[in-house]
Amino acid sequence: MKVLVPVKRVIDYNVKVRVKSDQSGVDLANVKMSMNPFDEISVEEAVRMKEASSVEEIVVVSIGPQQAQETIRTALAMGADRGILVKTDDAVEPLGVAKILAKIVEEEAPGLVILGKQAIDDDCNQTGQMLAALLGWPQGTFASEVKAGDGALQVTREVDGGLQTLALDGPAIVTTDLRLNEPRYASLPNIMKAKKKPIDMKSPEDYGADIAPRLTVVKVTEPPVREAGEKVEDVTTLVEKLKTAGAV
Amino acid sequence: MAVLVIAEHDNATLSDATAKTLTAALAFGGDVDILVAGQGADDVAAQAATLSGVRKVLHADGAAYDKQLAEAMEALIVPMMDQYDALFAAASTMGKNVAPRIAARLDVMQLSDIIGLEGQDTFVRPIYAGNAIVTVKSSDAKKVVTVRGTAFEATAAGGNAAVETISAPEGPFKAAFVSEDVVESDRPELTAAKTVVSGGRALGSEAEFQRIVVPLADKLGAAIGASRAAVDAGYAPNDYQVGQTGKIVAPELYIAIGISGAIQHLAGMKDSKIIVAINKDEEAPIFQVADYGLVADLFNAVPELTDAL
Ligand SMILES: Cc1cc2nc3c(=O)[nH]c(=O)nc-3n(C[C@H](O)[C@H](O)[C@H](O)COP(=O)(O)OP(=O)(O)OC[C@H]3O[C@@H](n4cnc5c(N)ncnc54)[C@H](O)[C@@H]3O)c2cc1C
Ligand SMILES: Nc1ncnc2c1ncn2[C@@H]1O[C@H](COP(=O)(O)O)[C@@H](O)[C@H]1O
Repeated sequence: MKVLVPVKRVIDYNVKVRVKSDQSGVDLANVKMSMNPFDEISVEEAVRMKEASSVEEIVVVSIGPQQAQETIRTALAMGADRGILVKTDDAVEPLGVAKILAKIVEEEAPGLVILGKQAIDDDCNQTGQMLAALLGWPQGTFASEVKAGDGALQVTREVDGGLQTLALDGPAIVTTDLRLNEPRYASLPNIMKAKKKPIDMKSPEDYGADIAPRLTVVKVTEPPVREAGEKVEDVTTLVEKLKTAGAV
Repeated sequence: MAVLVIAEHDNATLSDATAKTLTAALAFGGDVDILVAGQGADDVAAQAATLSGVRKVLHADGAAYDKQLAEAMEALIVPMMDQYDALFAAASTMGKNVAPRIAARLDVMQLSDIIGLEGQDTFVRPIYAGNAIVTVKSSDAKKVVTVRGTAFEATAAGGNAAVETISAPEGPFKAAFVSEDVVESDRPELTAAKTVVSGGRALGSEAEFQRIVVPLADKLGAAIGASRAAVDAGYAPNDYQVGQTGKIVAPELYIAIGISGAIQHLAGMKDSKIIVAINKDEEAPIFQVADYGLVADLFNAVPELTDAL
């Protein structure tokens, strides 16, 4: 089986974002960028499946600027086999990403696509589900365990009440949750090897998908700031304060 | 103008999230119908009919809808959308799972996790773990929206809508339910609780989490939450996780015990009315959002607090 893993280049999760004063967006100049943390988990899961011989080839795809090539290289260093960069400097919305991915799925015919459950920049949590719908495939979202069998895939999902296990019939979409695995760090020799792995350079036009944005940003603002609170001396004072505030 | 709201339920009880989603749908405007898709969920349909402002309740019953899996929900809802201008669902794991499939089939961009709306094309939502708030205008003819429950009050009861039974495709679908591991608890539901007590990595073990956090929560009649670190380490189950990628809560009182206050955690609780933090590191970022901060060793301070209440 071949696995396709879409990876997004996003602001590093440790960076505190700043909203631009003209309210047009957040400041991304000179900010550390990394692979979306959920996508690292997707890559790791695919590599583990390959190590367990249930997968033969791992193809990673990123839709984004030239620098997204680095994100693909990171995935190749973790153990993916080859990459596809769909290069664009425009922001592509999840629906557009799903449309491009659907075309790539037609060409590559993977048995499984593993995406992150959510990109930590737009916090949309849509792309995987949209891709599943466009392809008419079943989905196992927010996965904390994936078991590959012959033809069927068993996915345990993190749902609001606990855990839910589904059986998915034949090519399927999985989106990863945090506890699925702990991604490895690429070793130096693997980083060197990754430099020789192929990356196909494509453009959105190559796929003829309609990716025109449907949303326009009116403004981006800072969230309301909480007023500074106070430190209390001891438990007795805390209880008094809470009683006065009517909280207990 | 007509709006369809997907009811959130377990075939017995309508979740509070539905009444909150309804509030957002009513603010959008037009006639609002509620879809109850389930198996043997007659009681839920009856409960939905009592919410005020509802035009009618559509009740679809079938084995395929027992767990409201995305594939069946898509097959049911996509044809219904001919009659509707918008679909609203809670930004719960159900809504997040189902709604984008429908959006893709309708060829529209979903508005995820909205916290506000202005008219019928402009929506407000958090991005970057709530560190920025974006207002977007949608050019799509139909809107598919998921709603953050903490941002909307629940619509009150007082209605008496008609319940209409509708037929639903029975599949087969390519996803099948195998099993679930759902913890039954007498505690209030985390996202609806008035008080939440959350524990972090500092608890050190599941036993200590039980010994320290649970009695305080019991005393306060509170729901229990946890940081991701505490969940990852197995001190608490996954459905306790509060944060960017867990549950979003905004109770009257949130007590963070041994939690540092990473942005991903704050994203899930900083809209709480009163925040109390107990942490032994006075520099911990959690104190920047805490109304009352207590710099202390939790293993002494929390039992003392439980006793004092
Ligand atoms: C993509 C992504 C998504 C994430 N999503 C979430 C999310 O949804 N929710 C979430 O919570 N996290 C999330 N995280 C993780 C987050 O970044 C932090 O790692 C996590 O919140 C830390 O948990 P903690 O505060 O319990 O642990 P720590 O950061 O280790 O903090 C423990 C705290 O306990 C204090 N302490 C230690 N001993 C004592 C004592 N005896 N008495 C009192 N205080 C003590 C310490 O001073 C410290 O401040 C996410 C991370 C990523 C990358
Ligand atoms: N531009 C992109 N390139 C590659 N993958 C993407 C892109 N955008 C989103 N994805 C995938 O879709 C997942 C969910 O993103 P989102 O729906 O935006 O929250 C991510 O974790 C990625 O796996």
